[in-house]
Amino acid sequence: MAGDSRRGNRLPAIDRTPDLRLVGSPEEPRDERLFRRMFFLRCFEEAVLDLFSEGLLNGTTHCCIGQEADCVGIAEHLTPGDHVFSNHRCHGHYLAHTGDAAGLLAEMTGRSDGVCGGVGGSQHLCAPGFKSNGVLGGTMPAAAGIALAQQLRGTGHLSVAFIGDGTLGEGVVYETLNIASLWRLPLFVVCEDNAWSQSTPKRLNMAGGLRERFEAFGIPTREIDTTDVLEIDHTAGEEIAAVRHAGSPRALVIQTYRLCHHSKSDDNRPLAEVESRWLLDPLRVHGVRLDGQRRGEIESEVRQGIGSLVECLRRAA
Amino acid sequence: MPAEGGLIFSRALGNTLRALLERDPRVILLGEDIADPYGGAFKVTRGLSTDFPDRVRTTPVSEAAITGIAAGLALEGFRPIVEVMFCDFTTLCFDQVLNHIAKYGAMYDHQVECPVILRTPAGGGRGYGPTHSQSLEKHFLGIPHLRVVAASLYLDPLTVFSQLLSQSEPVLYVEHKLLYPLSMVDAGGDDSPELLFGLDSGECGLPTVTISAVPRRECTVTVFAYGYGAVQAANAAWDLAIEEEIFAEILVPAQIAPVDWGPLERSVAVTRSLVTVEEGTAGWGWGSEVAAQVSRRFFGSLRRPVESVASARDVIPAARHLEQQRIPGAEAIAQAIREAAR
Repeated sequence: MAGDSRRGNRLPAIDRTPDLRLVGSPEEPRDERLFRRMFFLRCFEEAVLDLFSEGLLNGTTHCCIGQEADCVGIAEHLTPGDHVFSNHRCHGHYLAHTGDAAGLLAEMTGRSDGVCGGVGGSQHLCAPGFKSNGVLGGTMPAAAGIALAQQLRGTGHLSVAFIGDGTLGEGVVYETLNIASLWRLPLFVVCEDNAWSQSTPKRLNMAGGLRERFEAFGIPTREIDTTDVLEIDHTAGEEIAAVRHAGSPRALVIQTYRLCHHSKSDDNRPLAEVESRWLLDPLRVHGVRLDGQRRGEIESEVRQGIGSLVECLRRAA
Repeated sequence: MPAEGGLIFSRALGNTLRALLERDPRVILLGEDIADPYGGAFKVTRGLSTDFPDRVRTTPVSEAAITGIAAGLALEGFRPIVEVMFCDFTTLCFDQVLNHIAKYGAMYDHQVECPVILRTPAGGGRGYGPTHSQSLEKHFLGIPHLRVVAASLYLDPLTVFSQLLSQSEPVLYVEHKLLYPLSMVDAGGDDSPELLFGLDSGECGLPTVTISAVPRRECTVTVFAYGYGAVQAANAAWDLAIEEEIFAEILVPAQIAPVDWGPLERSVAVTRSLVTVEEGTAGWGWGSEVAAQVSRRFFGSLRRPVESVASARDVIPAARHLEQQRIPGAEAIAQAIREAAR
């Protein structure tokens, strides 16, 4: 895909082969790989925010700083043929699924060799087995339709839909849950409840229970309150295996927290609340388990990987 | 003036869907109440769920989700055809069409295609009242990468759907309800020997049918019409020809948006006058855009301003006499043709 002459690149083509410094090698111990990938997502988004500050990126972006464990833990259990439909906050899902930091940064810098030729920008991404769209809720039936395609073809694969607590305000979500349950579609809904819908706290947006919204349609639902990537990894493994085994939908609700603003500079949440949540930063929670020297090596490799990518695009800009 | 005894449109359409299911395993039908024994609110799909139980699926009352599920199927290589029970309900599909289905291809830099087809019964004349009688297609006209196609008695639906399945853009296919019980007209045959039928294949992949009582060179007005309006216009063309010696050429495009301008230009270049007919509410619609484009293309050579016939900008009442006041009737169309033919 990189350097496709059809797109008429003016700039030297970027290399979109996943960088092992960012995604780790298959032989790397799982503990280390999970940390490396979360740190990769964090460094990528921090670089993105810096580039915005420098005026090198156009438009807007929604970072998932603080929610990296969800992205990495789920991706650990997906196989080629599975499909992920993500939302506006999609960098982490995309990077965890594809490792394609170069393609995403090229996309966000408006290059023709970006993921979507510069058309999609931050929140409209597409790669084999992955799509995202910025209109909330509308991605749910598309994910269900992909699950139906998998069911009709008997592939044994599943379709993952990432949504947030705010998206539970959209009616099409419930239309979809109903049909997914009726038709026993291999749909895995991951609801990342980060407590805030843009600037509005959940207590002003949501009546009644959250997991009950899935269970009302007969969809088995697990709820975990954690930013620990090992817990998410373990739970996702069980849940995804259950979807594959039964071929019917399940939901996983993850109570998490967005440590950054909603988009670029819009954060009116109580400072004390945000600061207290930094204690549960997934990098901190899992990072303490690693040998200090090894952790430092991983962090250094990831920083180098992101740094060289940013430099490459900066030179081309 | 459809001939007696021919296949009625709803059966022709049902047969088309059956043929598509038989020959193309990618075709999936979704819609509310489309399964047997009911077979859809207008019976178009009757018999199909019995023979194709996995691929003809009745759904909950969830237009947005059905449309979105069709999008997911289409992204994965299937060819879903959704029945939206009434055109009035396409508003509930609108986000899926505008922000998802019609965008995927271009938004993702043409890495994917999303060729969903939505079929929907539209139009008044049956007394169904304000929310079951509308022709809302004008709200879909002009959506980038969406084709809007209108059902017609003059073109075999199998021809139309075969073309739609041979390409990859999404489609809204609008079926005027009053066409369902009418017989198909073989535009190439001798069903209606009184009228001259022609086919301009155009450039959009779907042809435009031409209908007139006399050859084009004798016509002094072009009428651009689709749906039931095309039937009314064809009837008016015949009546005006034999009773008043007013000669109009009716052009019935299979695709109403984007408009295939070639066939229309070839007719208007000769008649130098144009009437558009649609059943949607007047203004900001199909006729407005056609009038703007034709005025630009034929500025200086048109004999008179383009006339657009449309419904009153009001709700469609249930009472028959009130409904008839709101939607274009045969006389309103004939009067517009009389004026424009001068």
